[in-house]
Amino acid sequence: MSVKNREVIIMSIILDIIVMGLIKGSIYALLAISFSLIFGVARIVNIAHTAFYMVAAYCIYTVTNYMGWSAVPAMFVAVILSVILGMVIYKVFLNPIREHEGAVLIATMAIAMVFQEVMTLFFSGSFLSVPNLIEGYFIIFGVKVFYQQLLTLCAAVLVMVVLVIFLFKTKLGLALRSTAQDREVANLMGINESKVAMITMGIAIGLAGFAGAIVVPLEILEPHMWTPPLIMMMAVVVLGGLGSLKGSFVGAYIMGFTEAMVVFLSPQGAFLKVSVALLIMIIVLLIRPEGLFGVYFEEER
Amino acid sequence: MKWLKSNVFVPVLAFVFVMFFWATAFAASDEIRIGVIGPMKFIQGKSQWNGAVMAAEEINAKGGVKVGSKMMKIKLIQADSNEFLSITDATNAMERLITRDKVHFVVGGFRTEAVFAMQDIACQNKVIFIGCGAASDELCNRVAKYYDQYKYFFRGTPFNSTALVKAAFSHVGSTAEVLRNELGITGPIKVAFVAEKAQWADAMVPAVQATLPKMGMELVGVWRPSPVATDVSAELSAIQRSGAQIIFTFFSSSVGIPFARQANELKIPAMQVGINVEAQKAEFWQATRGQGNYVITSSTYARNVECNELTKPFVEAYIKRFGEVPTYTTGTYESIKMSLVDTIEMIGTLDPDKIVATLENRVYKTPPSTIMYVKDNLGRHTHDLKFGPGYATGIASQWQDGEFVGVWPNKWKPAPGVEVTYKGVKPIKIPPWMIKAYKK
Repeated sequence: MSVKNREVIIMSIILDIIVMGLIKGSIYALLAISFSLIFGVARIVNIAHTAFYMVAAYCIYTVTNYMGWSAVPAMFVAVILSVILGMVIYKVFLNPIREHEGAVLIATMAIAMVFQEVMTLFFSGSFLSVPNLIEGYFIIFGVKVFYQQLLTLCAAVLVMVVLVIFLFKTKLGLALRSTAQDREVANLMGINESKVAMITMGIAIGLAGFAGAIVVPLEILEPHMWTPPLIMMMAVVVLGGLGSLKGSFVGAYIMGFTEAMVVFLSPQGAFLKVSVALLIMIIVLLIRPEGLFGVYFEEER
Repeated sequence: MKWLKSNVFVPVLAFVFVMFFWATAFAASDEIRIGVIGPMKFIQGKSQWNGAVMAAEEINAKGGVKVGSKMMKIKLIQADSNEFLSITDATNAMERLITRDKVHFVVGGFRTEAVFAMQDIACQNKVIFIGCGAASDELCNRVAKYYDQYKYFFRGTPFNSTALVKAAFSHVGSTAEVLRNELGITGPIKVAFVAEKAQWADAMVPAVQATLPKMGMELVGVWRPSPVATDVSAELSAIQRSGAQIIFTFFSSSVGIPFARQANELKIPAMQVGINVEAQKAEFWQATRGQGNYVITSSTYARNVECNELTKPFVEAYIKRFGEVPTYTTGTYESIKMSLVDTIEMIGTLDPDKIVATLENRVYKTPPSTIMYVKDNLGRHTHDLKFGPGYATGIASQWQDGEFVGVWPNKWKPAPGVEVTYKGVKPIKIPPWMIKAYKK
């Protein structure tokens, strides 16, 4: 192999890693930030978080396949329905037991299982898929990138920018961050903590639903599709520091790039990508038990 | 709770019990109860049930099964094993079939780990169990090693893993031949081996490394994605860089869908050949949104391909009844109709030991093949299927513009002087982007 050829291959691999890492990282970031948000504000460890991601994906499948709608309005429907469903579930099942963290954990797990079984009931265990919003691919330095992947990346980044603006430039965002920092003091300052928690739940589920909606053309729909992203999302959140939005953001890209590097640098070990990502999380926790941007529990008020 | 103390409660309870046992005993006398066990929420289980339903309907329409001087109807009992998710559910389902439903026979089972456990339960209870899903050789090795314990197990479909591998290599060889002839490739055909990371595929890596060079091919790399990977574009980029002309696939799980779909979307100039269980299903075309075109996979049925004179009538009747081409787990059909019922009518009894003794020595035709149960090197019964020309060979099918077309065996030469072509097979089609890439 000539030196030039080798250089081209190395360049392609690096580019592959960058593209895949960015896409995976952005999806994990969307899920992890929304998960962190609801944990920070309402102290709810929502195991059903990625189940809403699945619900949105199935919504799109239903609306495009059975109602004949195109994918873009289907995405809106999916996100809106997920948000409504999430808020109803919060009001009916989670709010009454919110102070009992163990009970909330188990309740959300049960809700996720119910969603899974309902999907199995209606759609069976068959593998399904939905069409891309944009078909085709482009080639950059010899690397083929789907337009859908690029769209997913752009959409994820855009939503994260909007979220950051919302959190840091609006009054409601300030209320959310205040409640996340200290619920009692926020309450004393006149913030309706219960209402904020409800709104946060809606936003978080909306983000999970949005992640599901933009990812679904790249994924295979099946009733257990919520579990692999759940594991990665939890890992990202723990790696970044529980409740830290910045930590979730950075952790997500670390995990995304790790996965991409394992696949491209070790083809025979591609199946190890999740294990390697989780190993990195464990190593980081051994060095910094509070996660990258977390705080010691003792330091929390 | 006054009623509990009343004099009426105990007689009513006794009456209910008597009625229940009487009903069970009565049912036992004039019907043959066959349990159909499988993952019923999934296509594999549904196909098992459909095959059994078709067999039962045909037999009952003729008046039932002649057992000695008595005619007995077939009654099917469905058991959802949920075996993809829980082996315990699978064993509970088998226990329920045998102890509560008191079935005479069981057909079905899919996941190897679950079938092992089901096999133990059925054999302990001396209930004949015909496996219609798992390919592991070990299931039948058990029969040979511990015959008295496991003789009640027979393989129905598919043939064992060793034979599946032999067939897959033949499919790769035939595809390589087509590429040489049509694209004028002169050197060794470059093959990328992509196998999901699962135990059944692990042994294939050394086998592929040893066998491909002997077939005049070059192995350019081995990729092992997760069985449930949903994005394999990374692997595909690397495969394209390797210059592979054939992608030899070994998928039994969902990864077969994104792999086929993304390979076509990215227009990778290579043919996908091998085992892709998802591609054997009618749903594959929809699941890949038509991007599964040109994928070749081992299979059992394709419309218009005739392994023998029974194939076409069965496939057409199945399509008429269920609206799709049968998959290999519809082997419950021949397991009930040809393996069990024909044997029962031959000997006129439901005695499992007598049925085993007769069935293991029979040679008989079924829609996908001629069945003969082989013995091992020590001459022990294995209740495993004979693979090879004239017996079970399977077929290879290719997705061609939405149609699942049989493409193998087509002038297959398994031995000197032997050439096998099944009626109805069509030539392999090369993807147009591959032709374009090589005919520049």
